[in-house]
Amino acid sequence: MTNKEQSPIILLGSRFLSPYIMVFGFYVIFHGHYSPGGGFQGGTLLAASLLLIRIASGTEIASLQFKDYLATPYAALGVLIYFGTGLTAIFTGGYFLDYEQLPIPGLEAADLRYWGILIVELGIGLTVMTVLVLIYDNMVKGEDYA
Amino acid sequence: MYWELELILFIFLLITAYIALEANDLLIAVVMLTAFSFLMALLFTTMGAVDVGFTEAVVGAGVTGILLIVAIYQTTYKTED
Repeated sequence: MTNKEQSPIILLGSRFLSPYIMVFGFYVIFHGHYSPGGGFQGGTLLAASLLLIRIASGTEIASLQFKDYLATPYAALGVLIYFGTGLTAIFTGGYFLDYEQLPIPGLEAADLRYWGILIVELGIGLTVMTVLVLIYDNMVKGEDYA
Repeated sequence: MYWELELILFIFLLITAYIALEANDLLIAVVMLTAFSFLMALLFTTMGAVDVGFTEAVVGAGVTGILLIVAIYQTTYKTED
């Protein structure tokens, strides 16, 4: 973020810690149906692991991990996953986000609810992660600031 | 049930809130607000609202601290009052 001298201890520590936070974020997203947590919390944990590298090492090294121009398309992709799942349930004769009407062959109603909630939470997590990274990048860049 | 633990948590909550209000260095205020959020998450967990406590720990003690530190870097460290 700033161009003062880099501290290798902080950089190594955040590089050690970031993958574990990311794994825990994926755990929270993929276990969101039957334990506390879900798309929002898991996406925020993923964003925290990205922002840790960004705040510790600066934009150049952090762009090796996640490029900043990818944030807006991924956020739009997450919203499309969410509304695509909901609208597919409408087009096949149910209500919005009615998971039992999803056209996935060979699954029972309970399995359809399981996979539907998982798909929707993947979309939510992707959107939350990229929008938080987007907020950080725009605050550091200061586009509306100069 | 856990009233001793909750009493200790409430006392530390008041201490962190008072320091965050009275500190002149804004970085100290940000760190104290982060500690406040973490204690709030522990209190929510003792009340049985695990999901709310998890959200508070992740958002309040994680991302908000980073964003406030970025805001301090963009502006100034010290308050005038």
